[in-house]
Amino acid sequence: MGGLIFLAPLLWMLSTSFKPEHQVYNVPIEWIPETFDYQNYIEGWRYLDFPQFYINTTYLTVVNIFGLLLSSSLVAFGFARIRFWGREWIFLVLLSTMMLPQQVTMIPIYVFWSRLGFVNTYWPLIIPEFLTNAFNVFLLRQFFMSINLELDDAARIDGAGWLMIYARVLMPLSKPALGVLAIMAFTWNWNNFLYPLIYINETRKYTVAIGLRLFETQQSQYMAETMAMTMVALIPVLLVFYLAQARFIQGIVITGVKG
Amino acid sequence: MAVTSKASASRMSIQARDNIAGFLFIAPWLIHFVFLIAGAMVFSMGISFFKTDFLTGFEFVGFGNWRDMFQDELFWKALRVTSYYTFVLVPASVILALTIAVLMNQKVKALGVWRTVYYLPSVVQGVAVAVLWGYVLNPRFGLLNQGLELIGIDDGPRWLFSEDWAVPGFILMGLWGAGGAMLLYLAGLQGIPTHLYEAADLDGAGSVRKFFAVTIPMLTPTIYFNVLISIIASFQVFTQALILTAGGPNNATLTLVLLLYREGFQNFQFGYASAIAWGLFCVTFIFAILVVRTSSTWVHYEGETNN
Repeated sequence: MGGLIFLAPLLWMLSTSFKPEHQVYNVPIEWIPETFDYQNYIEGWRYLDFPQFYINTTYLTVVNIFGLLLSSSLVAFGFARIRFWGREWIFLVLLSTMMLPQQVTMIPIYVFWSRLGFVNTYWPLIIPEFLTNAFNVFLLRQFFMSINLELDDAARIDGAGWLMIYARVLMPLSKPALGVLAIMAFTWNWNNFLYPLIYINETRKYTVAIGLRLFETQQSQYMAETMAMTMVALIPVLLVFYLAQARFIQGIVITGVKG
Repeated sequence: MAVTSKASASRMSIQARDNIAGFLFIAPWLIHFVFLIAGAMVFSMGISFFKTDFLTGFEFVGFGNWRDMFQDELFWKALRVTSYYTFVLVPASVILALTIAVLMNQKVKALGVWRTVYYLPSVVQGVAVAVLWGYVLNPRFGLLNQGLELIGIDDGPRWLFSEDWAVPGFILMGLWGAGGAMLLYLAGLQGIPTHLYEAADLDGAGSVRKFFAVTIPMLTPTIYFNVLISIIASFQVFTQALILTAGGPNNATLTLVLLLYREGFQNFQFGYASAIAWGLFCVTFIFAILVVRTSSTWVHYEGETNN
Protein backbone atom coordinates (compact mmCIF):
# COMPACT_ATOMS: atom_id res chain seq x y z
CA MET A 1 0.00 0.00 0.00
CA GLY A 2 2.71 2.43 0.99
CA GLY A 3 4.65 1.16 -1.97
CA LEU A 4 1.84 2.16 -4.28
CA ILE A 5 1.95 5.71 -2.93
CA PHE A 6 5.67 5.83 -3.67
CA LEU A 7 5.18 4.52 -7.17
CA ALA A 8 2.08 6.58 -7.98
CA PRO A 9 3.81 9.74 -9.28
CA LEU A 10 5.87 7.73 -11.77
CA LEU A 11 2.87 5.72 -12.93
CA TRP A 12 0.83 8.88 -13.24
CA MET A 13 3.55 10.44 -15.36
CA LEU A 14 3.74 7.39 -17.59
CA SER A 15 0.00 7.26 -18.12
CA THR A 16 -0.36 11.02 -18.63
CA SER A 17 2.38 11.07 -21.23
CA PHE A 18 0.22 8.89 -23.50
CA LYS A 19 -3.05 10.70 -22.89
CA PRO A 20 -4.67 13.05 -25.35
CA GLU A 21 -4.36 16.59 -23.96
CA HIS A 22 -8.10 16.90 -23.17
CA GLN A 23 -8.03 13.85 -20.90
CA VAL A 24 -5.23 14.91 -18.56
CA TYR A 25 -7.30 17.35 -16.53
CA ASN A 26 -10.18 14.98 -15.91
CA VAL A 27 -11.14 14.62 -12.27
CA PRO A 28 -10.97 12.02 -10.79
CA ILE A 29 -7.82 10.77 -12.45
CA GLU A 30 -8.26 8.31 -15.28
CA TRP A 31 -5.29 5.99 -15.05
CA ILE A 32 -5.76 4.35 -18.43
CA PRO A 33 -5.31 6.66 -21.45
CA GLU A 34 -8.28 6.68 -23.86
CA THR A 35 -5.89 5.93 -26.66
CA PHE A 36 -2.26 4.90 -26.31
CA ASP A 37 -0.88 7.65 -28.44
CA TYR A 38 2.77 8.57 -28.74
CA GLN A 39 1.85 11.86 -30.38
CA ASN A 40 2.96 13.77 -27.28
CA TYR A 41 6.45 12.35 -27.61
CA ILE A 42 6.68 13.28 -31.29
CA GLU A 43 5.38 16.81 -30.70
CA GLY A 44 7.80 17.31 -27.82
CA TRP A 45 10.81 16.10 -29.76
CA ARG A 46 9.81 18.42 -32.60
CA TYR A 47 9.43 21.47 -30.41
CA LEU A 48 12.96 21.27 -29.00
CA ASP A 49 15.86 19.31 -30.41
CA PHE A 50 15.86 16.60 -27.75
CA PRO A 51 17.85 14.16 -29.94
CA GLN A 52 20.69 16.70 -29.93
CA PHE A 53 20.35 17.11 -26.13
CA TYR A 54 20.56 13.34 -25.86
CA ILE A 55 23.75 13.18 -27.90
CA ASN A 56 25.31 15.99 -25.85
CA THR A 57 24.38 14.47 -22.51
CA THR A 58 25.48 10.98 -23.53
CA TYR A 59 28.85 12.30 -24.68
CA LEU A 60 29.37 14.26 -21.45
CA THR A 61 28.22 11.39 -19.27
CA VAL A 62 30.44 8.78 -20.92
CA VAL A 63 33.55 10.98 -20.88
CA ASN A 64 32.92 11.99 -17.28
CA ILE A 65 32.35 8.47 -15.99
CA PHE A 66 35.64 7.45 -17.56
CA GLY A 67 37.42 10.48 -16.08
CA LEU A 68 35.94 10.02 -12.64
CA LEU A 69 36.69 6.30 -12.42
CA LEU A 70 40.25 6.77 -13.64
CA SER A 71 41.11 9.68 -11.36
CA SER A 72 39.25 8.38 -8.31
CA SER A 73 40.84 4.94 -8.49
CA LEU A 74 44.36 6.38 -8.89
CA VAL A 75 43.93 8.74 -5.95
CA ALA A 76 42.20 6.15 -3.78
CA PHE A 77 44.99 3.69 -4.56
CA GLY A 78 47.57 6.24 -3.41
CA PHE A 79 45.75 6.78 -0.12
CA ALA A 80 44.94 3.13 0.52
CA ARG A 81 48.11 1.29 -0.50
CA ILE A 82 51.17 3.57 -0.52
CA ARG A 83 52.75 4.82 2.69
CA PHE A 84 53.95 8.27 1.79
CA TRP A 85 54.89 11.32 3.76
CA GLY A 86 51.89 13.26 5.10
CA ARG A 87 49.32 10.70 3.96
CA GLU A 88 47.09 10.70 7.04
CA TRP A 89 47.20 14.44 7.26
CA ILE A 90 46.30 15.00 3.60
CA PHE A 91 43.50 12.47 3.87
CA LEU A 92 42.03 14.42 6.75
CA VAL A 93 42.03 17.54 4.60
CA LEU A 94 40.30 15.55 1.87
CA LEU A 95 37.61 14.38 4.29
CA SER A 96 37.03 17.89 5.57
CA THR A 97 36.42 19.20 2.02
CA MET A 98 33.32 17.01 1.89
CA MET A 99 31.68 19.50 4.25
CA LEU A 100 32.22 22.42 1.89
CA PRO A 101 29.11 23.41 -0.06
CA GLN A 102 29.98 23.62 -3.76
CA GLN A 103 28.44 27.10 -3.88
CA VAL A 104 31.38 28.58 -1.98
CA THR A 105 33.73 27.83 -4.85
CA MET A 106 31.19 28.16 -7.65
CA ILE A 107 31.77 31.83 -8.43
CA PRO A 108 35.60 31.80 -8.45
CA ILE A 109 35.57 28.66 -10.56
CA TYR A 110 33.13 30.31 -12.95
CA VAL A 111 35.40 33.37 -13.20
CA PHE A 112 38.39 31.09 -13.68
CA TRP A 113 36.83 29.16 -16.56
CA SER A 114 35.42 32.27 -18.18
CA ARG A 115 38.90 33.87 -18.15
CA LEU A 116 40.17 30.79 -19.98
CA GLY A 117 37.37 31.26 -22.52
CA PHE A 118 35.63 28.05 -21.46
CA VAL A 119 32.12 29.46 -20.98
CA ASN A 120 29.69 27.79 -23.39
CA THR A 121 32.05 24.81 -23.77
CA TYR A 122 31.96 21.46 -22.01
CA TRP A 123 35.41 21.87 -20.40
CA PRO A 124 34.08 23.27 -17.08
CA LEU A 125 31.86 20.20 -16.85
CA ILE A 126 34.57 17.70 -17.84
CA ILE A 127 37.86 18.81 -16.30
CA PRO A 128 36.72 18.61 -12.63
CA GLU A 129 35.63 15.00 -13.16
CA PHE A 130 39.14 14.09 -14.29
CA LEU A 131 40.39 15.60 -11.03
CA THR A 132 38.05 13.42 -8.91
CA ASN A 133 36.35 14.50 -5.67
CA ALA A 134 36.53 13.67 -2.00
CA PHE A 135 33.37 11.57 -1.83
CA ASN A 136 34.41 9.12 -4.55
CA VAL A 137 37.97 8.88 -3.26
CA PHE A 138 36.64 8.12 0.20
CA LEU A 139 34.30 5.36 -1.00
CA LEU A 140 36.94 3.68 -3.18
CA ARG A 141 39.66 3.99 -0.54
CA GLN A 142 37.43 2.20 1.96
CA PHE A 143 37.00 -0.57 -0.56
CA PHE A 144 40.71 -0.77 -1.45
CA MET A 145 41.60 -0.96 2.26
CA SER A 146 39.54 -4.11 2.55
CA ILE A 147 41.70 -5.91 -0.02
CA ASN A 148 44.52 -7.94 1.50
CA LEU A 149 47.84 -6.03 1.53
CA GLU A 150 49.79 -9.25 1.03
CA LEU A 151 48.66 -9.24 -2.58
CA ASP A 152 50.79 -6.12 -3.11
CA ASP A 153 53.82 -7.78 -1.55
CA ALA A 154 53.38 -10.87 -3.67
CA ALA A 155 53.19 -8.75 -6.81
CA ARG A 156 56.25 -6.75 -5.74
CA ILE A 157 58.29 -9.93 -5.34
CA ASP A 158 57.37 -10.66 -8.93
CA GLY A 159 58.91 -7.30 -9.81
CA ALA A 160 55.73 -5.24 -10.18
CA GLY A 161 55.83 -1.48 -9.54
CA TRP A 162 52.96 0.55 -8.02
CA LEU A 163 51.32 1.23 -11.36
CA MET A 164 51.37 -2.47 -12.17
CA ILE A 165 49.89 -3.34 -8.76
CA TYR A 166 47.18 -0.75 -9.35
CA ALA A 167 46.33 -2.01 -12.83
CA ARG A 168 46.80 -5.76 -12.39
CA VAL A 169 45.92 -6.43 -8.76
CA LEU A 170 43.59 -3.78 -7.37
CA MET A 171 41.50 -2.80 -10.38
CA PRO A 172 40.39 -6.32 -11.36
CA LEU A 173 39.35 -6.99 -7.75
CA SER A 174 37.41 -3.73 -7.50
CA LYS A 175 34.88 -4.21 -10.28
CA PRO A 176 31.84 -4.17 -7.95
CA ALA A 177 32.92 -0.93 -6.25
CA LEU A 178 33.83 0.67 -9.58
CA GLY A 179 30.44 -0.39 -10.91
CA VAL A 180 28.67 1.37 -8.05
CA LEU A 181 30.73 4.49 -8.64
CA ALA A 182 30.01 4.37 -12.37
CA ILE A 183 26.27 4.18 -11.78
CA MET A 184 26.32 7.01 -9.26
CA ALA A 185 28.41 9.06 -11.69
CA PHE A 186 25.94 8.23 -14.43
CA THR A 187 22.89 9.47 -12.52
CA TRP A 188 24.75 12.51 -11.26
CA ASN A 189 25.97 13.55 -14.68
CA TRP A 190 22.71 12.77 -16.43
CA ASN A 191 20.73 14.82 -13.91
CA ASN A 192 23.30 17.55 -13.32
CA PHE A 193 21.51 20.88 -13.57
CA LEU A 194 23.34 23.73 -11.86
CA TYR A 195 26.60 23.56 -13.81
CA PRO A 196 25.14 23.20 -17.32
CA LEU A 197 22.72 25.99 -16.35
CA ILE A 198 25.60 28.31 -15.52
CA TYR A 199 28.04 27.40 -18.27
CA ILE A 200 26.03 26.47 -21.36
CA ASN A 201 24.27 29.31 -23.20
CA GLU A 202 23.65 27.92 -26.64
CA THR A 203 20.56 25.73 -27.04
CA ARG A 204 22.44 23.50 -29.50
CA LYS A 205 24.84 22.54 -26.69
CA TYR A 206 22.14 21.98 -24.04
CA THR A 207 22.00 18.84 -21.95
CA VAL A 208 18.72 16.99 -21.41
CA ALA A 209 18.32 18.52 -17.93
CA ILE A 210 18.51 22.16 -19.01
CA GLY A 211 16.66 21.30 -22.22
CA LEU A 212 13.78 19.95 -20.15
CA ARG A 213 13.84 23.09 -18.05
CA LEU A 214 13.60 25.23 -21.20
CA PHE A 215 10.74 23.06 -22.43
CA GLU A 216 8.94 23.40 -19.12
CA THR A 217 9.21 27.20 -19.06
CA GLN A 218 7.73 27.44 -22.56
CA GLN A 219 5.33 24.50 -22.80
CA SER A 220 4.18 23.62 -19.30
CA GLN A 221 0.60 24.46 -20.20
CA TYR A 222 0.71 21.28 -22.32
CA MET A 223 0.88 18.84 -19.48
CA ALA A 224 0.82 15.60 -21.51
CA GLU A 225 3.68 16.77 -23.71
CA THR A 226 5.74 18.01 -20.79
CA MET A 227 5.20 14.71 -18.99
CA ALA A 228 6.29 12.90 -22.15
CA MET A 229 9.51 14.90 -22.28
CA THR A 230 10.09 14.32 -18.55
CA MET A 231 9.69 10.63 -19.28
CA VAL A 232 12.21 10.96 -22.10
CA ALA A 233 14.67 12.61 -19.71
CA LEU A 234 14.23 9.81 -17.19
CA ILE A 235 14.28 6.77 -19.48
CA PRO A 236 18.09 6.34 -19.49
CA VAL A 237 18.20 6.57 -15.70
CA LEU A 238 15.37 4.07 -15.33
CA LEU A 239 17.02 1.79 -17.88
CA VAL A 240 20.41 1.84 -16.18
CA PHE A 241 18.68 1.34 -12.85
CA TYR A 242 16.81 -1.67 -14.21
CA LEU A 243 19.88 -3.26 -15.80
CA ALA A 244 22.16 -2.64 -12.85
CA GLN A 245 19.64 -3.09 -10.07
CA ALA A 246 20.78 -6.31 -8.45
CA ARG A 247 24.45 -5.44 -8.63
CA PHE A 248 23.93 -1.81 -7.63
CA ILE A 249 21.91 -2.57 -4.53
CA GLN A 250 24.33 -5.32 -3.55
CA GLY A 251 27.19 -2.85 -4.08
CA ILE A 252 25.61 -0.29 -1.79
CA VAL A 253 25.29 -2.94 0.84
CA ILE A 254 29.01 -3.68 0.48
CA THR A 255 30.29 -0.11 0.50
CA GLY A 256 27.61 1.05 2.90
CA VAL A 257 28.58 -1.39 5.60
CA LYS A 258 32.27 -0.64 5.20
CA GLY A 259 31.70 3.10 5.06
CA MET B 1 78.59 -1.65 9.87
CA ALA B 2 78.89 -0.91 6.19
CA VAL B 3 76.19 -3.46 5.52
CA THR B 4 73.66 -1.87 7.89
CA SER B 5 74.23 1.65 6.56
CA LYS B 6 73.81 0.36 3.02
CA ALA B 7 70.63 -1.40 4.05
CA SER B 8 69.23 1.69 5.71
CA ALA B 9 70.18 3.77 2.66
CA SER B 10 68.20 1.47 0.41
CA ARG B 11 65.28 1.54 2.88
CA MET B 12 65.42 5.30 2.75
CA SER B 13 65.36 5.26 -0.99
CA ILE B 14 62.38 2.92 -1.01
CA GLN B 15 60.61 5.35 1.30
CA ALA B 16 61.63 8.26 -0.93
CA ARG B 17 60.35 6.44 -3.98
CA ASP B 18 57.09 5.68 -2.19
CA ASN B 19 56.76 9.34 -1.30
CA ILE B 20 57.08 10.31 -4.95
CA ALA B 21 54.77 7.51 -6.10
CA GLY B 22 52.17 8.44 -3.46
CA PHE B 23 52.08 12.06 -4.51
CA LEU B 24 51.91 11.13 -8.18
CA PHE B 25 48.93 8.87 -7.53
CA ILE B 26 47.04 11.49 -5.56
CA ALA B 27 48.09 14.29 -7.95
CA PRO B 28 44.63 14.60 -9.59
CA TRP B 29 43.03 15.36 -6.27
CA LEU B 30 45.90 17.64 -5.21
CA ILE B 31 45.40 19.71 -8.37
CA HIS B 32 41.68 19.74 -7.66
CA PHE B 33 42.31 20.86 -4.11
CA VAL B 34 44.88 23.57 -4.89
CA PHE B 35 42.94 25.22 -7.72
CA LEU B 36 39.27 24.35 -7.35
CA ILE B 37 39.04 24.26 -3.56
CA ALA B 38 41.79 26.10 -1.65
CA GLY B 39 42.56 28.65 -4.37
CA ALA B 40 38.89 29.17 -5.10
CA MET B 41 38.09 29.62 -1.40
CA VAL B 42 40.76 32.29 -0.98
CA PHE B 43 39.55 34.01 -4.15
CA SER B 44 35.93 33.76 -3.04
CA MET B 45 36.77 35.29 0.32
CA GLY B 46 38.71 38.02 -1.50
CA ILE B 47 35.96 39.04 -3.90
CA SER B 48 33.43 39.15 -1.07
CA PHE B 49 35.17 42.43 -0.17
CA PHE B 50 34.61 43.92 -3.62
CA LYS B 51 31.69 45.18 -5.60
CA THR B 52 32.27 43.67 -9.02
CA ASP B 53 30.62 42.13 -12.06
CA PHE B 54 34.05 41.21 -13.53
CA LEU B 55 33.31 43.28 -16.62
CA THR B 56 32.94 46.94 -15.78
CA GLY B 57 35.01 47.24 -12.66
CA PHE B 58 36.28 46.38 -9.25
CA GLU B 59 35.49 48.49 -6.24
CA PHE B 60 36.83 47.67 -2.80
CA VAL B 61 33.98 47.90 -0.31
CA GLY B 62 35.55 46.23 2.74
CA PHE B 63 32.89 44.51 4.79
CA GLY B 64 30.18 46.30 2.78
CA ASN B 65 28.79 43.14 1.21
CA TRP B 66 28.78 41.38 4.56
CA ARG B 67 27.02 44.30 6.22
CA ASP B 68 24.49 44.41 3.37
CA MET B 69 23.89 40.72 3.78
CA PHE B 70 23.17 41.00 7.50
CA GLN B 71 20.81 43.91 6.80
CA ASP B 72 19.20 42.23 3.81
CA GLU B 73 15.74 41.04 4.75
CA LEU B 74 15.85 38.61 1.83
CA PHE B 75 18.95 36.92 3.26
CA TRP B 76 17.22 36.31 6.60
CA LYS B 77 14.09 35.19 4.81
CA ALA B 78 16.15 32.74 2.73
CA LEU B 79 17.90 31.50 5.84
CA ARG B 80 14.56 30.89 7.56
CA VAL B 81 13.10 29.15 4.50
CA THR B 82 16.14 26.92 4.04
CA SER B 83 16.36 26.05 7.75
CA TYR B 84 12.66 25.24 7.89
CA TYR B 85 13.03 22.96 4.88
CA THR B 86 16.13 21.25 6.30
CA PHE B 87 14.98 20.73 9.86
CA VAL B 88 11.66 19.24 8.89
CA LEU B 89 12.90 17.19 5.94
CA VAL B 90 15.98 15.61 7.56
CA PRO B 91 14.30 14.15 10.69
CA ALA B 92 11.17 13.23 8.74
CA SER B 93 13.14 11.36 6.12
CA VAL B 94 15.21 9.54 8.75
CA ILE B 95 11.99 8.35 10.40
CA LEU B 96 10.36 7.42 7.10
CA ALA B 97 13.42 5.61 5.73
CA LEU B 98 13.96 3.79 9.01
CA THR B 99 10.32 2.72 9.22
CA ILE B 100 10.32 1.33 5.70
CA ALA B 101 13.66 -0.41 6.27
CA VAL B 102 12.44 -2.06 9.48
CA LEU B 103 9.19 -3.18 7.84
CA MET B 104 11.11 -4.61 4.89
CA ASN B 105 13.45 -6.45 7.21
CA GLN B 106 10.53 -8.56 8.52
CA LYS B 107 10.78 -11.43 6.06
CA VAL B 108 8.56 -9.67 3.53
CA LYS B 109 7.31 -11.60 0.53
CA ALA B 110 8.90 -10.44 -2.74
CA LEU B 111 11.39 -8.27 -0.89
CA GLY B 112 13.25 -7.46 -4.10
CA VAL B 113 10.15 -5.93 -5.68
CA TRP B 114 9.40 -3.74 -2.67
CA ARG B 115 13.00 -2.66 -2.34
CA THR B 116 12.91 -1.54 -5.96
CA VAL B 117 9.59 0.27 -5.52
CA TYR B 118 10.89 2.35 -2.62
CA TYR B 119 14.34 2.85 -4.03
CA LEU B 120 13.30 3.81 -7.56
CA PRO B 121 12.10 7.37 -6.80
CA SER B 122 15.42 8.24 -5.17
CA VAL B 123 17.28 7.38 -8.37
CA VAL B 124 15.37 9.90 -10.43
CA GLN B 125 16.30 13.39 -9.39
CA GLY B 126 16.83 16.93 -10.54
CA VAL B 127 14.82 18.76 -13.16
CA ALA B 128 12.64 15.81 -14.14
CA VAL B 129 11.48 15.27 -10.57
CA ALA B 130 10.84 18.98 -10.11
CA VAL B 131 8.74 19.11 -13.28
CA LEU B 132 6.83 15.98 -12.30
CA TRP B 133 6.13 17.26 -8.79
CA GLY B 134 5.02 20.59 -10.15
CA TYR B 135 2.07 18.66 -11.59
CA VAL B 136 1.69 16.30 -8.62
CA LEU B 137 1.26 19.34 -6.37
CA ASN B 138 -1.15 21.13 -8.65
CA PRO B 139 -4.09 22.11 -6.41
CA ARG B 140 -6.80 21.31 -8.94
CA PHE B 141 -5.86 18.27 -11.00
CA GLY B 142 -2.65 17.22 -9.22
CA LEU B 143 -2.16 13.68 -8.03
CA LEU B 144 -1.71 14.65 -4.38
CA ASN B 145 -4.91 16.61 -3.88
CA GLN B 146 -6.88 14.02 -5.79
CA GLY B 147 -5.43 11.41 -3.46
CA LEU B 148 -6.41 13.55 -0.47
CA GLU B 149 -9.93 13.70 -1.85
CA LEU B 150 -10.09 9.89 -1.72
CA ILE B 151 -9.51 10.02 2.03
CA GLY B 152 -12.11 12.73 2.52
CA ILE B 153 -10.07 15.95 2.34
CA ASP B 154 -12.03 17.75 -0.30
CA ASP B 155 -10.16 20.97 -0.78
CA GLY B 156 -6.53 20.17 -0.21
CA PRO B 157 -3.87 22.86 0.26
CA ARG B 158 -2.92 25.06 -2.67
CA TRP B 159 0.69 23.85 -2.23
CA LEU B 160 3.08 25.81 -4.42
CA PHE B 161 0.60 28.65 -4.81
CA SER B 162 0.33 29.17 -1.08
CA GLU B 163 2.86 30.90 1.14
CA ASP B 164 2.20 28.43 3.94
CA TRP B 165 2.14 25.24 1.92
CA ALA B 166 4.90 25.76 -0.66
CA VAL B 167 7.77 24.58 1.57
CA PRO B 168 5.78 21.59 2.89
CA GLY B 169 5.24 20.72 -0.78
CA PHE B 170 9.01 20.74 -1.31
CA ILE B 171 9.44 18.62 1.81
CA LEU B 172 7.05 15.98 0.44
CA MET B 173 9.07 16.03 -2.77
CA GLY B 174 12.20 15.43 -0.69
CA LEU B 175 10.57 12.61 1.28
CA TRP B 176 9.79 10.86 -1.98
CA GLY B 177 13.55 10.32 -2.32
CA ALA B 178 13.96 8.68 1.09
CA GLY B 179 14.59 5.33 -0.58
CA GLY B 180 18.33 5.93 -0.83
CA ALA B 181 18.66 6.21 2.94
CA MET B 182 16.23 3.29 3.34
CA LEU B 183 18.70 1.11 1.47
CA LEU B 184 21.55 2.12 3.76
CA TYR B 185 19.45 1.36 6.84
CA LEU B 186 18.42 -1.96 5.38
CA ALA B 187 22.08 -2.83 4.88
CA GLY B 188 22.74 -1.77 8.48
CA LEU B 189 19.83 -3.84 9.79
CA GLN B 190 21.08 -6.93 8.01
CA GLY B 191 24.48 -6.39 9.58
CA ILE B 192 23.17 -6.55 13.17
CA PRO B 193 24.35 -9.85 14.69
CA THR B 194 21.43 -12.09 15.68
CA HIS B 195 23.07 -12.99 19.00
CA LEU B 196 22.20 -9.50 20.27
CA TYR B 197 18.49 -10.20 19.72
CA GLU B 198 18.87 -13.67 21.24
CA ALA B 199 20.45 -12.12 24.33
CA ALA B 200 17.57 -9.63 24.50
CA ASP B 201 15.11 -12.52 24.22
CA LEU B 202 16.78 -14.21 27.18
CA ASP B 203 16.39 -11.00 29.15
CA GLY B 204 12.69 -11.12 28.33
CA ALA B 205 12.68 -8.00 26.15
CA GLY B 206 9.60 -7.39 24.00
CA SER B 207 9.81 -6.33 20.39
CA VAL B 208 9.44 -2.62 21.19
CA ARG B 209 12.18 -2.82 23.78
CA LYS B 210 14.38 -4.75 21.36
CA PHE B 211 13.84 -2.08 18.75
CA PHE B 212 14.97 0.75 21.01
CA ALA B 213 17.67 -1.14 22.92
CA VAL B 214 19.26 -3.11 20.08
CA THR B 215 18.13 -2.01 16.63
CA ILE B 216 18.35 1.75 17.01
CA PRO B 217 21.71 1.84 18.84
CA MET B 218 23.23 -0.50 16.28
CA LEU B 219 22.02 1.73 13.46
CA THR B 220 23.18 5.03 14.96
CA PRO B 221 26.48 5.10 13.02
CA THR B 222 24.52 4.85 9.76
CA ILE B 223 21.96 7.40 10.94
CA TYR B 224 24.75 9.75 11.97
CA PHE B 225 26.48 9.58 8.59
CA ASN B 226 23.16 10.02 6.82
CA VAL B 227 22.00 12.97 8.93
CA LEU B 228 25.27 14.80 8.38
CA ILE B 229 25.21 14.32 4.60
CA SER B 230 21.49 15.20 4.43
CA ILE B 231 21.85 18.45 6.37
CA ILE B 232 24.64 19.63 4.09
CA ALA B 233 22.66 18.62 0.98
CA SER B 234 19.35 20.11 2.16
CA PHE B 235 20.90 23.50 2.80
CA GLN B 236 21.77 23.53 -0.90
CA VAL B 237 18.17 23.05 -2.09
CA PHE B 238 17.82 24.92 -5.36
CA THR B 239 16.47 23.15 -8.46
CA GLN B 240 12.80 22.95 -7.44
CA ALA B 241 12.84 26.51 -6.10
CA LEU B 242 14.19 27.86 -9.39
CA ILE B 243 12.02 25.76 -11.70
CA LEU B 244 8.70 25.54 -9.89
CA THR B 245 8.25 28.69 -7.86
CA ALA B 246 11.16 31.01 -8.73
CA GLY B 247 11.26 31.66 -5.00
CA GLY B 248 7.61 32.65 -4.70
CA PRO B 249 4.92 33.12 -3.69
CA ASN B 250 6.08 36.24 -1.86
CA ASN B 251 9.56 34.69 -1.33
CA ALA B 252 8.06 31.76 0.59
CA THR B 253 10.46 29.40 -1.23
CA LEU B 254 13.44 31.73 -1.59
CA THR B 255 16.27 29.38 -0.62
CA LEU B 256 19.83 30.49 0.12
CA VAL B 257 21.25 29.02 -3.08
CA LEU B 258 18.47 30.55 -5.16
CA LEU B 259 19.29 33.94 -3.64
CA LEU B 260 22.97 33.36 -4.39
CA TYR B 261 22.19 32.33 -7.97
CA ARG B 262 20.05 35.42 -8.51
CA GLU B 263 22.61 37.83 -7.10
CA GLY B 264 25.54 36.19 -8.88
CA PHE B 265 24.32 34.94 -12.20
CA GLN B 266 21.34 37.19 -12.87
CA ASN B 267 22.31 40.49 -11.21
CA PHE B 268 26.07 39.90 -11.67
CA GLN B 269 26.79 41.03 -8.10
CA PHE B 270 29.60 38.51 -7.72
CA GLY B 271 31.01 40.13 -4.58
CA TYR B 272 27.67 40.07 -2.80
CA ALA B 273 26.94 36.55 -4.04
CA SER B 274 30.29 35.42 -2.62
CA ALA B 275 29.38 36.86 0.76
CA ILE B 276 26.12 34.89 0.62
CA ALA B 277 28.07 31.75 -0.30
CA TRP B 278 30.17 32.21 2.82
CA GLY B 279 27.04 32.85 4.85
CA LEU B 280 25.70 29.52 3.58
CA PHE B 281 28.99 27.85 4.44
CA CYS B 282 29.00 29.23 7.98
CA VAL B 283 25.44 28.12 8.66
CA THR B 284 26.06 24.63 7.26
CA PHE B 285 29.30 24.38 9.17
CA ILE B 286 27.71 25.38 12.49
CA PHE B 287 24.97 22.78 12.17
CA ALA B 288 27.37 20.09 10.97
CA ILE B 289 29.67 20.78 13.93
CA LEU B 290 26.68 20.62 16.28
CA VAL B 291 25.82 17.18 14.95
CA VAL B 292 29.45 16.02 15.12
CA ARG B 293 29.93 17.35 18.65
CA THR B 294 26.78 15.80 20.04
CA SER B 295 27.40 12.52 18.21
CA SER B 296 29.38 10.98 21.07
CA THR B 297 26.25 11.14 23.23
CA TRP B 298 24.00 9.26 20.84
CA VAL B 299 26.11 7.38 18.31
CA HIS B 300 26.92 3.87 19.45
CA TYR B 301 29.97 2.10 18.08
CA GLU B 302 29.90 -1.62 18.70
CA GLY B 303 33.71 -1.77 18.87
CA GLU B 304 33.76 0.48 21.94
CA THR B 305 31.72 -1.80 24.18
CA ASN B 306 33.82 -4.80 23.25
CA ASN B 307 37.01 -3.15 24.46
